[in-house]
Amino acid sequence: MSGDEVDLGRRRMITGATAVTGGVGAACVAVPFVSYWEPSVAAQAAGAPVEVDISELRPGEKITVEWQRKPVWVIRRTEEELATLQGHEDSLRDPQSEESDQPDYVANANRSLKPEYLVMIGICTHLGCSPTFDPGRELESGWSGGFFCPCHGGKYDLAGRVLNGVPPPKNMAVPPHRYLSDTVILVGEDEGVA
Amino acid sequence: MVARLKQIACGLIGWIDARFPMTKWWNEHLAQYYAPKNFNFWYFFGSLALLVLVNQILTGIFLTMNYKPSEADAFASVEYIMRDVSWGWLVRYMHSVGASLFFVVIYLHMFRGLIYGSYKNPRELLWLFGMVIYLLLMAEAFMGYLLPWGQMSFWGAQVIINLFGAIPFGIGDALTVWIRGDFAVGDPTLNRFFALHVAAIPLLLVALVFFHIIALHEVGSNNPDGIEIKKNKGPDGIPLDGIPFHPYYTVKDIFGTGMFLILFALIVFFAPEMTGKFLEPDNFVAADAMVTPEHIAPLWYFAPFYAILRAVPDKLMGVMAMGGAIGVMFLLPWLDRSKVRSIRYRGPLTKIAVTLFVISFLVLGALGTMPAGDVETWIARICSVIYFGFFLLMPIYTSIENTLPEPDRVTMK
Repeated sequence: MSGDEVDLGRRRMITGATAVTGGVGAACVAVPFVSYWEPSVAAQAAGAPVEVDISELRPGEKITVEWQRKPVWVIRRTEEELATLQGHEDSLRDPQSEESDQPDYVANANRSLKPEYLVMIGICTHLGCSPTFDPGRELESGWSGGFFCPCHGGKYDLAGRVLNGVPPPKNMAVPPHRYLSDTVILVGEDEGVA
Repeated sequence: MVARLKQIACGLIGWIDARFPMTKWWNEHLAQYYAPKNFNFWYFFGSLALLVLVNQILTGIFLTMNYKPSEADAFASVEYIMRDVSWGWLVRYMHSVGASLFFVVIYLHMFRGLIYGSYKNPRELLWLFGMVIYLLLMAEAFMGYLLPWGQMSFWGAQVIINLFGAIPFGIGDALTVWIRGDFAVGDPTLNRFFALHVAAIPLLLVALVFFHIIALHEVGSNNPDGIEIKKNKGPDGIPLDGIPFHPYYTVKDIFGTGMFLILFALIVFFAPEMTGKFLEPDNFVAADAMVTPEHIAPLWYFAPFYAILRAVPDKLMGVMAMGGAIGVMFLLPWLDRSKVRSIRYRGPLTKIAVTLFVISFLVLGALGTMPAGDVETWIARICSVIYFGFFLLMPIYTSIENTLPEPDRVTMK
């Protein structure tokens, strides 16, 4: 190329190539900074399974244990309470828990391995508050009490199944769990099967 | 002797001016920045917002000297500041009261822009910078509220972060874990919110405030009549209705500052918690991840949006309505089709719409702090419709109504 002529096409090409190369570099550098916010190895290790001793749990009672920093409830339901879990499927958003988070082995109306013992993550699926345990609290017809979320009025039955017309999209989650013995439950691990 | 001193002073200023545009900037932004002479009460709040920003930065820096951003120490370190650090209670209350008053001032500042059409051409970008400042301020307040690590800190953060969980296609849940750095709000969350609250967002805020003021001084201030003062200039090229910002408005703003500081001091000394409105009772209980307080309410300045969220019986739609309530404000310059700026010369439709909007915003704010029963939810739904109607119907009612003729020169009423 001779003398003072400016090759604008060549200049544009070089400008574009520089911008693209720099952009790719910037995107690569963003990776470690974005990953920096992921749960650290320590935080992940803190999510290890926990054992729950249920030998002292009487009918109608609830105990709360911490797993993955979330409240996990173990509730021993009475016969009368179990009876309330039938016949109101029409007023439930997801009666069969098809859209909800639970292991396959609790796919029954009680949502539990043993009918009376409910193991559930006590976190409302709306925005993560922990509902209150209100068996027998009758706020509306078709709901014989269960769990009530004070934050935005979410209502669940005693299997943690959400009622129609309240904000939570899903039933409360059942964590993976299994019985180590008749009186000890391991929450957070099921060895693939129960 | 005097002449000699003057020469030295000029010499120094001259020396600086040859190396840095000190006098040039002083003149451009203060001594020769001509603002309309008819500013009224509503024009106090811009400078007051700047004052509160300085208060927050100053008291915030001092709080960091004793605050410990860890799950184990945070709650106790705030109590330590309140009880054992000399004047620690004052600095902490100045910061927490300042946060609430920041929003009082900003909402009044935004309302001023709304009624006088200060967002209309050529001030659209000025409005957008302001809206970004408002967003940053909400993020700043939200993250700051986690730091004392009380029950409301914890559960408020839990709820707000879980709003992102409403995003479908499996993105939402992963995003919430990424924001928290843990499976629930915990030590990593607290630590990163501290970093963002004291460094990242304040830096952005200061930069945006700078842009906001530069944009203002580029286009010039609007005024209660909503007319352009640059249309009528004297032979010297200075707007006939303009007066230099300094000394006229600096003196006016010093008066406003005095009045504001009296109010500020009264609150700090006599009602720093404002009966639970500025600092909620549940936040004097340390965070407990296992127990949600019976009634979770956001602080008053988020309450209107929280009420809109609750009014929608679907998670994703509720979150979208909440985001939309803030997002729609960005569009204001393009929704308003009126020929005039100020509400003084607009027709009855705009006046009714603004009145309804203010009422709906206040009612939503009140509802957002109360437990949601069936009646409250329905009132919130009606108010949400009015809120969105104000914005979305604006292109219609501002273009069909008859406006009054604008005066040629500003009025002093």
